[in-house]
Amino acid sequence: MLTYIGRRLIYGILTLWAVSIVSFIIIQLPPGDYVTAYIAQLSMQGSSLGMAEADNLRVYYGLDRPIYHQYYLWLQRIIQGDLGFSFEHQKPVTDVIGERLFLTILLAFVSVLFTWSLAIPIGIFSAMRQYSLWDYVFTLIGFIGLAVPNFLLALILMWIGFSVFGFSVGGLFSSEYISAQWSLARVWDLIKHLWLPVIILGTAGTAQIMRITRANVLDELRKPYVVTARAKGLSGWRMVLKYPVRIALNPVISMTAYVWPFLVSGSIIVSVVLSLPTVGPILLRSLLAQDMFLAGSIIMLIGLLTVIGTFLSDLLLIWADPRIRLEG
Amino acid sequence: MAVHELGLPGVGGAIAEDRISVASQRQLIWWRFRKHRLAIISAGIILMFYMAALAAGFLATNDPQYSDAHFNLMPPQAIKFMDNGQWFPHVCAMSGQRDPLTFNKVYVQDCNTKIPVEFFTEGYSYKFLGLFNTNRHLIGVGEGYRAENTLFLLGTDVQGRDLWSRLVLGTQISLTIGLVSVAFSLILGIILGGISGYYGGWIDTAIQRVIEIVRAVPTIPLWMGLAAALPREWSVLQVYFAITLIISLFAWTDLARVVRGRFLAMREEDFVTAAKLSGARPRRIIFSHMLPSFYSHIIAAVTLAIPAMIVSETSLSFLGLGLRPPAISWGTLLQAAQNVQSVANTPWLLLPAVPMIVAILAFNFLGDGLRDAADPYSN
Repeated sequence: MLTYIGRRLIYGILTLWAVSIVSFIIIQLPPGDYVTAYIAQLSMQGSSLGMAEADNLRVYYGLDRPIYHQYYLWLQRIIQGDLGFSFEHQKPVTDVIGERLFLTILLAFVSVLFTWSLAIPIGIFSAMRQYSLWDYVFTLIGFIGLAVPNFLLALILMWIGFSVFGFSVGGLFSSEYISAQWSLARVWDLIKHLWLPVIILGTAGTAQIMRITRANVLDELRKPYVVTARAKGLSGWRMVLKYPVRIALNPVISMTAYVWPFLVSGSIIVSVVLSLPTVGPILLRSLLAQDMFLAGSIIMLIGLLTVIGTFLSDLLLIWADPRIRLEG
Repeated sequence: MAVHELGLPGVGGAIAEDRISVASQRQLIWWRFRKHRLAIISAGIILMFYMAALAAGFLATNDPQYSDAHFNLMPPQAIKFMDNGQWFPHVCAMSGQRDPLTFNKVYVQDCNTKIPVEFFTEGYSYKFLGLFNTNRHLIGVGEGYRAENTLFLLGTDVQGRDLWSRLVLGTQISLTIGLVSVAFSLILGIILGGISGYYGGWIDTAIQRVIEIVRAVPTIPLWMGLAAALPREWSVLQVYFAITLIISLFAWTDLARVVRGRFLAMREEDFVTAAKLSGARPRRIIFSHMLPSFYSHIIAAVTLAIPAMIVSETSLSFLGLGLRPPAISWGTLLQAAQNVQSVANTPWLLLPAVPMIVAILAFNFLGDGLRDAADPYSN
């Protein structure tokens, strides 16, 4: 078990390393270094930066050093939690995205819960009643859920919400709670807004996990031990839930490790469409403004989030699957 | 395998057995595939999409880049084929007026003025199949762009450009970008998956770890970052290929896994061992012995990968980070419907979503059918 955890941990770190390199490449890609870009941005706003200050900044970011040293400095600052300064908000990036990061995690996490609590029962049900009307209905919904991309689903639901129900969806808080302190009322307000993005985000994953659960349970149901159990007089649902389902769920749990990056990714686009206060819109705005330093840091943070989530779902698999737990 | 499974037309028992035993693999695959109704229909739909993309200029009714503020955000005009029981295809004239209170533009339909719709009529000039210039179009209203003479089948966008014509032209980019990205991914997938599956051992382990890492990476933020870093002055074609490369950079892993799985399964087969013992070199074994026996699986995997690529391009362009104007794709068209106001007031701007969903579903069904047919010996 320890070997397994250790191996997963190493993969996580390697993934982070890969993401950090791509993020750093993204920071480096635009022509000129980011101090030049910063100066250009300042002069657009009507202020300027002295030569000495610019040189200081260049030394601070290690721009006078070779590229690998710049990478090292950048990584070191990120590890220390220093993400730089946001031009747009005039405060440290950490302050800007602090709560947004939390809401991003919350959104993705609730979506995982939603996906599971819907997909697994439906998958089992479809397998038990294979080729029934409901099986076909769920299969159809599943296919559509897979085919409609997140952002499109958001747009369509937005249109339906507006034209049929006459309310505009968007945001995670009502206007009076946007910048309020955390309180029970604010949490309740959040819950009232959260369900729509959760449905939008969770649909594709639900469709996928539903199909996998159904296929796995069907495979298990055909095995001799199930026939034996039935022959010995164990009754329908109880027997199914106790034996075949337990085995069939393992691949589903390990799927979570793959669904998680997908959800975090998807939440970016959905957040932009529904203007949710997550890191998504900030990332997009910084990219469109070519503020690559901020964008690179956000991408790195999203990578970290993904890796942690994946690692946690690996731990979940250990808990669920004794074969992994008892091995080595 | 049961005979009826193959769906042979009107044969039973011994004759069918005979036909199966002498049928080539290609025939078996075709018989299996034919049974999958949905896949056949989907193949037809996809074929129609690509034909529409080829003949986009012919199907378009107006110059897709021509903008006129007089016609901005005009709702769709429906063609009526009959007039008082007579065959007379026409559309009703539209006229734009300012609402005296809100100053918003309101279009009023005037069905007393009927604009005749003609077939194979002349319109704006374009290059047919990129070969020769012509100005023939499937339908049109003769003299376009006069206040009383408009034909906007799906309405217009904020700059007064014809959405139908833009949609047809956007199909070209959206449908080919999927193919090109899949081609790039396939190259990466076959090389890495092939090496991994053929050699096995530590090389396999290493490549599998790389695949696992790439799969754990959150793709959309990285795509966004890389796409945003593309130089602004690049031409449409350069951006197009850069985007396909960026997409396939993180999308090759599924194809690599399919290829590797097939190679691993194939490695133990007798005919591969025989080829090895006869002294064939790896290159020959891979390309003339192994690949032909599972290219059908690869085709199926590729078909299933295309819709994901289309979605990726559309999402990037939708965010304003993918293709940029004047390039037209489904994503750039949907960008116009990005916020609640436009969705609520001008819902026809959401229409490009329809062909997109249809195409994605069709590719998925076709891929499913191909995957089932790829292995005609299984049940």
